[in-house]
Amino acid sequence: MASLDRVKVLVLGDSGVGKSSLVHLLCQNQVLGNPSWTVGCSVDVRVHDYKEGTPEEKTYYIELWDVGGSVGSASSVKSTRAVFYNSVNGIILVHDLTNKKSSQNLYRWSLEALNRDLVPTGVLVTNGDYDREQFADNQIPLLVIGTKLDQIHEGKRHEVLTRTAFLAEDFNAEEINLDCTNPRYLAAGSSNAVKLSRFFDKVIEKRYFLREGNQIPGFPDRKRFGGGTLKSLHYD
Amino acid sequence: MTYIDNSIFFLLQILFFGFGWLFFMRQLFKDYEVRQYVVQVIFSVTFAFSCTMFELIIFEILKVLNSSSRYFHWKMNLCVILLILVFMVPFYIGYFIVSNIRLLHRQRLLFSCLLWLTFMYFFWKLGDPFPILSPKHGILSIEQLISRVGVIGVTLMALLSGFGAVNCPYTYMSYFLRNVTDADILALERRLLQTMDMIISKKKRMAMTRRTMFQKGEVHNKPSGFWGMIKSVTTSAPGSENLTLIQQEVDALEELSRQLFLETADLYATKERIEYSKTFKGKYFNFLGYFFSIYCVWKIFMATINIVFDRVGKTDPVTRGIEITVNYLGIQFDVKFWSQHISFILVGIIIVTSIRGLLITLTKFFYAISSSKSSNVIVLLLAQIMGMYFVSSVLLIRMSMPLEYRTIITEVLGELQFNFYHRWFDVIFLVSALSSILFLYLAHKQAPEKHMAP
Repeated sequence: MASLDRVKVLVLGDSGVGKSSLVHLLCQNQVLGNPSWTVGCSVDVRVHDYKEGTPEEKTYYIELWDVGGSVGSASSVKSTRAVFYNSVNGIILVHDLTNKKSSQNLYRWSLEALNRDLVPTGVLVTNGDYDREQFADNQIPLLVIGTKLDQIHEGKRHEVLTRTAFLAEDFNAEEINLDCTNPRYLAAGSSNAVKLSRFFDKVIEKRYFLREGNQIPGFPDRKRFGGGTLKSLHYD
Repeated sequence: MTYIDNSIFFLLQILFFGFGWLFFMRQLFKDYEVRQYVVQVIFSVTFAFSCTMFELIIFEILKVLNSSSRYFHWKMNLCVILLILVFMVPFYIGYFIVSNIRLLHRQRLLFSCLLWLTFMYFFWKLGDPFPILSPKHGILSIEQLISRVGVIGVTLMALLSGFGAVNCPYTYMSYFLRNVTDADILALERRLLQTMDMIISKKKRMAMTRRTMFQKGEVHNKPSGFWGMIKSVTTSAPGSENLTLIQQEVDALEELSRQLFLETADLYATKERIEYSKTFKGKYFNFLGYFFSIYCVWKIFMATINIVFDRVGKTDPVTRGIEITVNYLGIQFDVKFWSQHISFILVGIIIVTSIRGLLITLTKFFYAISSSKSSNVIVLLLAQIMGMYFVSSVLLIRMSMPLEYRTIITEVLGELQFNFYHRWFDVIFLVSALSSILFLYLAHKQAPEKHMAP
């Protein structure tokens, strides 16, 4: 049973947005009763059927690494966190729908995780500012999840959802908005569950299947083609 | 004449208010979203009125503006700040605590009033064991409130001062830095990743077990309630037993991974400090550290002497310094002129460093313990501490000023037993400094042993 293949997905976001509750919901289909401070990193495993319902169905382990802390942590904590960012296959970015700062901090979070993996190419923006170029070039699939949907009043819902749609577009990612204390948001067959399943399938594909078929262009090619051509190659 | 005075005071207060607002936004709340602007307003108002008190002291020394208007503003400022510290801030602290608890959400106001009344009761009781008042004061006088606020504030000041006096040389001096190599860090990181791998393999087994159980139709429910527990004794599926066993192993491993993470972060921090100590700034701070350690030892010595010989200093450092130079060194100069300027500089330095020191400590404290739920309550607690701290600073700073400037403070604050506060400060300072030395010694001894382990 332990011989199934595995992929590693990071779950990043500010303190208190609900990453631990989300991971618990995804892996154990239960609501987390007593959420507490995450120190360091907590991992959980989800069993996922790749291409479910087709003849190519195969089961994989998805490791969800829930890294605790804030973007403003001391640099010693950031250096320690960096050890978890090795060989990442996918990233889930979690933000709190009731807290705008947590959405803004997602840019810094993604840069922290992605810079760890990038070969020092000289295209890095060193002051940590958001740069669209970097995300266009990014190979790792991203997913944006907004939590605490139940705490948004009906009237403000439209405004909040428009803002998050822009956010997801910036990352070239899908978005899901839910409430981690209510399993019905991820009930089988709902659109959220479909998006989630598609995201995991994409992660598995990038890890295991694109190596054999497509050839990933080397560094000089990357610079020449820029973001556009690459996108058309790897999008479904 | 008075219009100009009042408008100057008002302008300065607006300035301080703006500074407090900016500090709140940029430093304290930079990772959070301010949803209740009341909190920010209260913090800035407390800061503004506290700073005004210091500004009044400076004006007193420099003899700026009209003496009667100064006196009036002193009284007014004191009343306002006492109102804030005793009525407003505690009430709002209670209100926000109650708002966080879902059960009491409906009757928020009622419960916050109850909390405030409890606070007032204990606040009043605080006056009993201390000989702080002469009996001729009535119940509802300013002196009653100030004396109690003074006790709390002086305790805080002495605690922070004692810890700061010991911690400062400890952090500045590189003598205490443990030797950390890159190999140490790599070894620890490897252990951390190994532990994570072990956790993952156990969780994989658990996930697979749960999946097969689900497919077979058994559901793993934690035994809930009385009947659930009775049932689980007799009819427990082997799968769920396995799960609980593995879960316990996982819990132990997760605790280990947390410890390893914290130790690794500690090693990285030490490594950074070692690198910093090799730079010019680092060397400068190292030198300062030696200087501060001597100062710290001297202060502890003086505090002990004061307590043992029951001595309260009569003269302030300025006058005494001038006396020494005039009498022993034979240098003659215009005492009145220089005394004013030197007191101004000395008092100014004391004020600025204590404000800056307090704000930095508050910020560190806030980052360490706040979360998105409790940030409002914590910031208000910090505002309360800040207000009490500044009021007590005014109490104690009286000792550092020459006699002619002390009168205004004595007039405004009333007939408090100032000697008691100084004695209390010495006692708490001594206790705090000695316990900090003990604490740091233990922490320092314990650390290397952890990393020596294979």
